[in-house]
Amino acid sequence: MSDTLSSGAKAGRWLERHLPKIVVSPLFALSLFFVYGFIAWTAYISMTPSGVMPNYEFQGLAQYGRLWATPRWYVAIKNLFVFSVLFIAISMTIGILLAVLLDQRVRAEGLIRTIYLYPMALSFIVTGTVWKWILNPGLGVERLMREAGFENFRFDWLVNSDYAIYTLVIAAVWQSSGYAMALFLAGLRSVDDEILKAANVDGASAWKTYTSIVLPILRPVFLSTVIILSHLAIKSFDLVVALTGGGPGYATDMPATFMYAFAFQRSELGVAAASATMMLMTITAIIVPYLYSELRKTGS
Amino acid sequence: MMTFGRLTAISTAAALLIGAPAQADGTVEVLHWWTSGGEAKAMGTLKAAFEAQGGTWNDSPIAGGGGDAAMTALRARVVAGNPPTAVQLKGPGIQEWAEQSALNDVQDVAQSENWDAVLPPVLAGIMKYEGDYVAAPVNIHRVDWMWANPQLLEQADITEMPTTWDEFNAAADKLLAAGITPLAHGGQPWQDATVFEDVVLGVGGAEFYRKALVELDQNALTSETMVASFDQLRRLRGYVDPNFPGRDWNLATAMVMRGEAAFQIMGDWAKGEFLAAGKVPGEDFLCAPTPGNGYVLNSDSFTFFKVSGEENLKGQKVLASLIMSPDFQKTFNLAKGSIPARTDVPLDDFDVCAKKSHEDLLLAIENDTLVPSMAHEMAIPRSVRGEFLDLVTEFFNSDMSSEEAVQRLADAVARAS
Repeated sequence: MSDTLSSGAKAGRWLERHLPKIVVSPLFALSLFFVYGFIAWTAYISMTPSGVMPNYEFQGLAQYGRLWATPRWYVAIKNLFVFSVLFIAISMTIGILLAVLLDQRVRAEGLIRTIYLYPMALSFIVTGTVWKWILNPGLGVERLMREAGFENFRFDWLVNSDYAIYTLVIAAVWQSSGYAMALFLAGLRSVDDEILKAANVDGASAWKTYTSIVLPILRPVFLSTVIILSHLAIKSFDLVVALTGGGPGYATDMPATFMYAFAFQRSELGVAAASATMMLMTITAIIVPYLYSELRKTGS
Repeated sequence: MMTFGRLTAISTAAALLIGAPAQADGTVEVLHWWTSGGEAKAMGTLKAAFEAQGGTWNDSPIAGGGGDAAMTALRARVVAGNPPTAVQLKGPGIQEWAEQSALNDVQDVAQSENWDAVLPPVLAGIMKYEGDYVAAPVNIHRVDWMWANPQLLEQADITEMPTTWDEFNAAADKLLAAGITPLAHGGQPWQDATVFEDVVLGVGGAEFYRKALVELDQNALTSETMVASFDQLRRLRGYVDPNFPGRDWNLATAMVMRGEAAFQIMGDWAKGEFLAAGKVPGEDFLCAPTPGNGYVLNSDSFTFFKVSGEENLKGQKVLASLIMSPDFQKTFNLAKGSIPARTDVPLDDFDVCAKKSHEDLLLAIENDTLVPSMAHEMAIPRSVRGEFLDLVTEFFNSDMSSEEAVQRLADAVARAS
């Protein structure tokens, strides 16, 4: 009797010790296979002559040669860079500004916060479609202003190859700056009141208090905001498809739309895989050093 | 066999053609992306005809992305070893799949029904792999059409549809002077390329078109004629209203219909829009081929994939025969707005534009001026077509010089092929 009890207890203890691992391991195996397995598969496909169907014959870096000889790829890279920098910078600036203003104990703060945060609840497809109508010179702002009597008013960025990329920034900032605001607001609220009082007693101006004390304290919030916004920027596929369709021409192509076009519209799996691998390496090159330096600082 | 009485006309025809009594059946699964309006209706006629002769029809419509979604599904199905019986697939795409040994041939049906005698040779060549038919065409769309609003032409004092690009330019200048947008155009890469290939045909003629856009001859691609084609395309850019980027083709058609623009250069699916709006060809809208005395061919077809099992193989053969039967070709194309791929089907019930298309088709076969469409995936592999689309659309949306365009096009083609 005591034997069975102790062996049952032993089994229970063993289970208790290993249960987390048992529960996590299928998930771990699945993500290992579906995420990292397919990353490896894509990387391999990029080194094969795959066209309409995967072809597993090793070919070396020829697809990368083709990719980097394609003018459209440079447009996509440049667009991603311009879009990401502007999108992240403007969203964060507006986000901080709104958060600081909201932090002044305004009335109906909850309502205002909800209004600013609301665009985040929409999908990029909706945002893109709405802004497509607003920015279309024949339907939206330009027409409205002309009908209001400003005959020479021009706002044709959407149909202008050189400026269309900025319309994407406008729409994306509209959608995401409220989210940045929410993150910063949460950060501001966590700043210890004592510090602010001390600064006040020492006679620091409000500007000085924010720039020298509060914002440095918010450093971790900056980190998470940058990471969240940059992954939104790099993933920006749906917004491009809905707002400009990559046009005019392919002036607003992004690496993600480039990859889609080559993989699914042109039967060029090899080039598409090469572009996907380039995207992964770009992200890794930017994010890893940043994460490393930030995490080391917060860790020490 | 005609004495069996009047079954439905189609099933009789099908039975006749496969030379078997009416109990012919079989199972097919057809993957396609004809899910809207006239297209879905046209597809329905094929389904009805197949079921009328006792077969089982499994419909696999996959909408989205102009067939991209269906192609993705197809790839997965073939990799999994479970391909559909027939797939809506056209042009060099057929050859791409044939090279992967993914197709079945229906040569025995084609031979006994003598498809070679009734199909335009250019089209028959596209349907064959290594001499055997692996696909059957359902229709012929003409790409080099020009649609016009007669009221607007009258306002600008234009009496004849232009027959050369110079005449077109002159007419467009008159329209501009009268304050009318000369050309309705949708700024999407495939539409830019559609206009481009019609321009190449008009500037260089069918022989040049074939050299440059089908055989991808570097000398032709870098020739003065190509530069002149881009010059003409640049000229057309000036006749388009400023809001064209991203516009869908049917909205451009609606502009002609509503009198907001005088011309549209688009394949004869645009006719479907006019007809659906109750417009009468010759009165409410005019149709004329774009300059060049050629015929740019686009054709939808069903390609037969490697299925096994007696039921499936039988279904595949019955379907092949059914698609090519004159009765089906007629009902289908009346619904779709195109003309039959078989050149021997009488067109009595069709409208004047379709009759004109048929007439010109026969003429083009005779004069060897029938060319496959580059923009609509009939002439060159999708990878090379993509390079054409990129370059043409960038040219159309920038101020690139024609010389630079020609050089970059030649480089891009060399890179992709």
